[in-house]
Amino acid sequence: MSEPTAPQSPWQTATIARILRRTPRVVSFFLQPLQPFAYRAGQHIDVKLTAPDGYEARRSYSIASAPEAGEQVEVAIERLDDGEVSPFFHDVAAVGDEIEVRGPLGGHFVWPEGDQGPILLVGGGSGVVPLASMARHRAALSSKVPVVLVYSARTWDEVVFRDELIELDRRGDGFSLALALTREGARRPADHSRRIDLAMVAQSIAYFPSPPGVAFVCGSNAFVTAASQAMIDAGVPARIIRTERYGV
Amino acid sequence: MKGNAKMVTRGFSGRRPPAGDARIPPGQHLEHGFPVLSAGPTPRIRTEDWSFTLKHGPRPIKKWSWAEFSALPMTKMTRDIHCVTSWTKFDTPWQGVLVDDILADAGVEPPTAFTLAHSFDGYSTNVPTKDLVVGKAMVALLYEGKPITADHGGPARLLVPHLYFWKSAKWVNGLQFTERDEPGFWELRGYHIYGDPWREQRYTNDP
Repeated sequence: MSEPTAPQSPWQTATIARILRRTPRVVSFFLQPLQPFAYRAGQHIDVKLTAPDGYEARRSYSIASAPEAGEQVEVAIERLDDGEVSPFFHDVAAVGDEIEVRGPLGGHFVWPEGDQGPILLVGGGSGVVPLASMARHRAALSSKVPVVLVYSARTWDEVVFRDELIELDRRGDGFSLALALTREGARRPADHSRRIDLAMVAQSIAYFPSPPGVAFVCGSNAFVTAASQAMIDAGVPARIIRTERYGV
Repeated sequence: MKGNAKMVTRGFSGRRPPAGDARIPPGQHLEHGFPVLSAGPTPRIRTEDWSFTLKHGPRPIKKWSWAEFSALPMTKMTRDIHCVTSWTKFDTPWQGVLVDDILADAGVEPPTAFTLAHSFDGYSTNVPTKDLVVGKAMVALLYEGKPITADHGGPARLLVPHLYFWKSAKWVNGLQFTERDEPGFWELRGYHIYGDPWREQRYTNDP
């Protein structure tokens, strides 16, 4: 069960190379680290902001890009109106700005090495970010491992990476996307207009040729609690479920 | 960046905590809620299925049922807690059984300098034995006077408040004394072997 210990990842400077709005509330920042680093799909970086008086704030952000995407690391940051750091990124940060980053970090919520069977990905809201890295990684590898991404968002317009994920699904190479829209009707035959539940998980894993070997769930705490319960109720063994949660 | 010079982020002013600055370790921010973090789904453990085992290596020293364990002396501990994901929460009120009282009930002195805490879900974390004794740590059964909820580690969680909170194992079901300092679940996955928030020992090999 042990995985390679993450190497020491010291703080370093990264330059904001590109900013790309993804949805009304989510913006991608492409960071160019001074010392580029290799990472695994699902890992995160820590970001440190420093005020003129030396006050520091730091946050962890999942990496959205695939490890194969080059030196720039993409993080997709959701604006939290009462937040301290995300409004800075949304309202102040500009291309060319330098921030401090540390990474890669995290050794559990990562795309597995070797063939462990079909992989179930379940994301809520901006919890899709590390799962998008995994989907992109799978595509970059031309991997044939069957993957279903069940992704819950409030509306069609709030689906981060929507067109890209739909395009990956259209390839028909074993990656399948099912959107669960909670405040709008479904638009694609594979999509749903309700919260993730047992029936939806059951339908998704029925698509696999064999039971899933690993499952990843990421989102708010309430989302992860509800989604992992739905997965367990649908017969996904708790021991194969890896979770990543944020918020209270 | 060289030496201790800080790189100021253009346009960032940040939010200062109104009071209690000295209680917030470096790189942490104050949190008023109680976020939930875990590596997997929340296990639901009934107290009738719960037990707690003290071990020296592979050898069990003593095992308690829920009824036996909750009859041990209870101590109140109100402490600030610090999560490695960067939140700090002040004055969290716990009640439980001090590790000192567990050892006393088992009639043993700590046999080794290192301990692994184990949990129902397979999680483990290592803590030096000296950080568990002399009133420093407990197996908590109550939070704010009520049974600890499953998402916060109930029915029982380890509480080692002076270290980053991943050391305070949720759903704890035993302590195992080990001859060497053996890394646990997160310590094998890039997190610091000791985890002192005041020294910012977040990740492997942080000084």
